[in-house]
Amino acid sequence: MSNLLNVSPSPHTHGKETTQKLMLNVVIALIPAFITSVFYFGLGAVIVTATSVASCIIFEYLIQKFILRRPLSITDGSALVTGILLGFNLPSNIPVFIIIIGSFVAIAVAKMTFGGLGNNPFNPALVGRVFMLISFPVQMTSWPVPSGLSTGYTDAVTGATPLAIIKEGIKNGESLSKLMEQIPSPANMLLGDMGGSIGEVGAIALLIGFAWLLIRKVITWHIPVSVIATIAVFTGLLWLINPAQNADPMFHLLAGGVLLGAIFMATDYVTSPMVPKAMLIYGCGIGIITVVIRVYGAYPEGVSFAILIMNAFVPLMNAYIKPKRFGEEVKHG
Amino acid sequence: MLKTFSTGGVHPPENKITASAPIEYLPVPESVVIPLSQHIGSPSVPVVNKGDYVRTGQLIAEGKGYISANIHSPVSGKVSKIDIAADSSGFRQNSVFIDAEGDEWVDTIDRSNELDTEIRLSSEEIIKKCLASGIVGLGGATFPSHVKLSVPSGKKCEILIINGVECEPFLTSDHRLMLEKGPEVLTGVSILMKALKVEKAMIGIENNKPDAIKNMQKLAAGYKGISVYPLRVKYPQGAEKQLIKALTGREVPSGRLPLDVGAVVHNVGTAFAVYEAVQKNKPLFERVVTVTGRDLSKPGNYLVRTGTPVRKLLEAAGGLPENTGKIINGGPMMGKAISNLDVPVVKGMSGIIVIPAEESKREETKPCIRCSKCVSACPLGLEPYLLMTLSEKSLFERAEKERVTDCMECGSCSFTCPATRPLLDYIRLGKANVIRMIRERNIK
Repeated sequence: MSNLLNVSPSPHTHGKETTQKLMLNVVIALIPAFITSVFYFGLGAVIVTATSVASCIIFEYLIQKFILRRPLSITDGSALVTGILLGFNLPSNIPVFIIIIGSFVAIAVAKMTFGGLGNNPFNPALVGRVFMLISFPVQMTSWPVPSGLSTGYTDAVTGATPLAIIKEGIKNGESLSKLMEQIPSPANMLLGDMGGSIGEVGAIALLIGFAWLLIRKVITWHIPVSVIATIAVFTGLLWLINPAQNADPMFHLLAGGVLLGAIFMATDYVTSPMVPKAMLIYGCGIGIITVVIRVYGAYPEGVSFAILIMNAFVPLMNAYIKPKRFGEEVKHG
Repeated sequence: MLKTFSTGGVHPPENKITASAPIEYLPVPESVVIPLSQHIGSPSVPVVNKGDYVRTGQLIAEGKGYISANIHSPVSGKVSKIDIAADSSGFRQNSVFIDAEGDEWVDTIDRSNELDTEIRLSSEEIIKKCLASGIVGLGGATFPSHVKLSVPSGKKCEILIINGVECEPFLTSDHRLMLEKGPEVLTGVSILMKALKVEKAMIGIENNKPDAIKNMQKLAAGYKGISVYPLRVKYPQGAEKQLIKALTGREVPSGRLPLDVGAVVHNVGTAFAVYEAVQKNKPLFERVVTVTGRDLSKPGNYLVRTGTPVRKLLEAAGGLPENTGKIINGGPMMGKAISNLDVPVVKGMSGIIVIPAEESKREETKPCIRCSKCVSACPLGLEPYLLMTLSEKSLFERAEKERVTDCMECGSCSFTCPATRPLLDYIRLGKANVIRMIRERNIK
């Protein structure tokens, strides 16, 4: 034994959790959704996700190595998660160069300019996605019709998403019941057999991922449940008031990016609140803004915008919403 | 559903290696070093001089002021000097050095092992006896017991809570006491009840010690007003405020004392020491210390005289392993790393843990990912990530508003942080500065 003993302040032991393991658990939780997307969209899903992941990691590496000249941290897994989530928010037929531009915006603009992991106020993957949606509206809204493993990549047959069908139809004065005939059955939507971005189809796969995140204690239930519950209640009220104009809550939950957003995007550690009470408010906010955009706004889908808007309120919530301190109120039990 | 506290908490690996190792008597060392400050409060004042012959159990230093404690000689022999020595925290403080010659006890101590359950002393006499015998809280905080037993006028103690939780990993000294000295501990509890004039005592024991729970429950049936409660395992349940919350549902307000919710908490080790002081006239000069570590050949629980060098304990436990990287006085969550094997056992030392080199260093600090795991782990409902940032940036006024002084330094935040950030280190820094600020304000 060397004669010197290490001396440091307590605690002298540490839990098993690391940043890397948490990120890895998110990646594992996304696997069912990835399998679903490959099953419905074929090669395109693989190309888009792989391009997004590779370019996110490469951009982070290049920026750290040559611009910031800081120790490399790409092994922490956060760029990998951003890459997967960005890819999952894209249609499976989007050209590679657009993905690379989107990844650059996500990593360079939304994440590294603020100081890298832990410092970005907005969800990087969503900043990248919204940038692409505004800059390349045509490519970002042409959705391949799911035709299994044989679906082509850029030459895929495209169609509208269920949300877009309803939005356009209502605008053109068609009746909701007629329009509902054009969209997939709830069972197909649960499985993921519908048009949409890579990761958002397949409710069952996403819920399996949610269960994994809860079991591994990566996230708590507060944010996903409050988002989903708010959307269900809000669209439920609208549907009860006017069932001829407004789709039912089940449709709203299964169509579009509600589940992907609520489970994986809104729960991003860095850009979500720190205290359970604030998490619930944040989740409700996302739910309300999503429904407002979907029902009254110009876009058929509003989850991305809703999350980014609520991201902006997170510093405020962290400053003013405090956990219940021990001994705050005297209780005689 | 078993009782526990509601806010925060973590589950460090228990590692109770020595749970089934009976208490062994460690032979009297050749020489001892007795620090004069081994309790909370003013250091004691020596009442012996160099060259004096003292007997085991003889008073060698007297408490100075109300919050202080007497110290008794753990051996018989000659005082060789009174000089500065490093204690287990690395503090250099005045200590009495004694070279042992045999083991001649003062005559007033009853050395028989016979159980004596008849309490002859009155409430006031019990408190006086604790004061005279140098009894301090043996759970680690070493707060003088006579102070805790003297309920100020205007306050009322309704319930005595006995801490048998031992929530720190590795430590088993209280566990063994409850198994081997159950009747003595329970008599001690009855004595404490009489001193506090309460009718009810609750003993909280975590569910990872089923044998101790069973033994204490069985024995407690024969004692009036004492009940034993198994608790769900969760760190830091042995913290005073958390234990009160777990057992009674009451929350001690920030900056207040347990007595403000009508409770007084004592450790099972203290109850045993009180039994010995009151029934056997034996002052506090020995205690059970768990000596443990994964690579020790003979880890165990040892009854040790205070002043014994830690080196002797490690020799008894099979010697220091080759790969030792760190030695902790206390538990791995709140204990202090020691830098020197010659530091003495003191009243508050519950365990010595030997940590192998590969587990003795901290991991690299990574950026905070704001996962909020520290917020959910904090048993006091604080926000460790925020307190760390505020301390880092010297924003102490804000740290005070965020109640940094509530922190009891349990270490749950640092333990749980996936980015291995030194949360508690910075919180301590903030706390020290805020306490200094408050003091300066009060002077003005």
